[in-house]
Amino acid sequence: MPGEAHITVSHLTMAYGDFLIQRDLDFSVRRGEVFIVMGGSGCGKTTLLKHMTGLKEPVSGDVLYGGRSFWQASEEEREQAKRQFGVLFQGGALWSSMTLAENVALPLRLYAKLGEAEIRDVTAYKLSLVGLAGFEQYYPAELSGGMRKRAGLARAMALDPEILYFDEPSSGLDPLSARLLDELILELRDSLGTTVVVVSHELASIFAIGDRAVFLDAEAKTQLAVGDPRQLRDSSPDPRVRNFLTRGGTDGQAGAAGVD
Amino acid sequence: MAQPATLDPSRADDGVLRVRLAGDWLLANPLPTLEPVLDEIRGATPPRRVEFEAAGLGRWDTALPTALVAIRRAAEAAGVPVSDQQVPPGAQRLLELSFAVKERADARRALVHRTLAEQVGEASLRIWAALLDLVSFIGVCAQSLGRMARGKATYQRSDLLVAIQEAGAESLPIVSLISFLIGMIFAFVGVRQLEQFGAGIYVADLVAVAMVREMAPIMTAIIMAGRTGAAYAAGLGTMKVNEEIDALSSMGVNPIDFLVLPRLVALIVMLPLLALYGSLLGILGGAAVSLVMLDVSFVQYVAQTADSMELSSLLGGVFKAFVYGSLVALAGCQQGMACGDSAMAVGQATTRAVVMGIVLIIVSAAILTVIYITLDI
Repeated sequence: MPGEAHITVSHLTMAYGDFLIQRDLDFSVRRGEVFIVMGGSGCGKTTLLKHMTGLKEPVSGDVLYGGRSFWQASEEEREQAKRQFGVLFQGGALWSSMTLAENVALPLRLYAKLGEAEIRDVTAYKLSLVGLAGFEQYYPAELSGGMRKRAGLARAMALDPEILYFDEPSSGLDPLSARLLDELILELRDSLGTTVVVVSHELASIFAIGDRAVFLDAEAKTQLAVGDPRQLRDSSPDPRVRNFLTRGGTDGQAGAAGVD
Repeated sequence: MAQPATLDPSRADDGVLRVRLAGDWLLANPLPTLEPVLDEIRGATPPRRVEFEAAGLGRWDTALPTALVAIRRAAEAAGVPVSDQQVPPGAQRLLELSFAVKERADARRALVHRTLAEQVGEASLRIWAALLDLVSFIGVCAQSLGRMARGKATYQRSDLLVAIQEAGAESLPIVSLISFLIGMIFAFVGVRQLEQFGAGIYVADLVAVAMVREMAPIMTAIIMAGRTGAAYAAGLGTMKVNEEIDALSSMGVNPIDFLVLPRLVALIVMLPLLALYGSLLGILGGAAVSLVMLDVSFVQYVAQTADSMELSSLLGGVFKAFVYGSLVALAGCQQGMACGDSAMAVGQATTRAVVMGIVLIIVSAAILTVIYITLDI
């Protein structure tokens, strides 16, 4: 059902040791929307992703999937829950000892009941979706950064996950490839109804694909705003949010903030 | 030819400190010390203001703004205003730029100097912490082995077979060479000593017992610590840096089961076999020396060797190799999985894996020897 909360981040506090990253994050992602986690460098966007995907345990608070607690659940239930989402890591994070085909096939081998021939077909199809048809037998080290990223996406969507997480999808891509990736993200959402969570600070991409967004701030160490990024840009009451979404161009001031 | 850079502070009667800058302020030039200016600023009666005169200033590069920043920081700390109107406009702008973004309040880290005693104390605490990490890693691996026994561990059979090939067959050349040479060395020493008593044939006993009980397991284990343990740490560490382990976890795959288990099992199974093989090669090395230096036939030598062998020695040696293999694999995998997030950390993890592996081998060898003697094996 569209509109209902698919993922809920509830009073989440994150820290490395005693170094606080973000506290009291509280927002929800609706089913079938493209949700952006945005903020300046070093504000903890990627760390938030790690908490949502089960790689790092929160200091306090919880993440709920379809209303069910993720961090209060048992280890086994958590492993189960992880299978409903795919993650595209910043550098692709392909397994370097395997070919692209083996990379995409591994989740299928582990969790889908398919024969070898079917796995080969699904793998070829997923790779062709991201424009890598014919690269089945290449190793990750033989590819460019952008191709690795796309192969990572093919692997992330191998099992048709309900939720796709993207960590800085357009970083390291040329503008054209970045736009193609954005279009692919929208297409996946439209055709499969996938809920998409994107960590990004690329404004062009944020406005192009984001339905709603949360803004994290490194100084305040918490979220400053949640909502439609275009509305936030035009009418957020918080100048820090408007400043970010207009590249520091609010209040008619040109140039970098802080120069006087 | 560059003019020497000079810095000349003078305090006027109105309490203004005028700093005259002259010459070429270039990094390649010898630069004047800032102390006279800083001393004036920090002194008991700080100046009302700091001004610069730059009429005699020649060429300048980073050397000039660096000096100006240092003076301005000192002045700010003392609450003295600084006027940089006389400074060249380019240097002024660079100065503004370096003060434009306020220093992040919690970003600066103090450079702490530690005394020798503190360093020794911290190093000891680190060793203790490393030991605790290893013990908890052993626990995690034991759980994983339990899952494997119940058929519930997720790993690829092909990974296990590749690991067995790498730890086993591909180690044969180096194990052959070292074991054969060790056997020869033992035989040389033995022949020299035992010949004096006319007991040369007992070299066969010496070589066989030493190789099977002690030398083959320990030498093979040390070779594998340097060869396979290091490879485990470097391989897993690189996967960690590359987010490959995160990719597994986020897919609901336990990285211990998937990555550590095949490596652990491969080394635990292969090291005893390699040690047995090493014993055989060592005995052959001993035989080669004895045939040349002593008046014995190959058949005699083999018969003497067979006579000296007891099943308990053989099993004792195999058990030692099993223990060493477990320790080397655990040290390698633990260091790899605990690796930091940088290329340098991979190197450190590899070094630590080898050092830890060898230390564990030697310590456990000592403990096992005492146990064997007590049990009369």
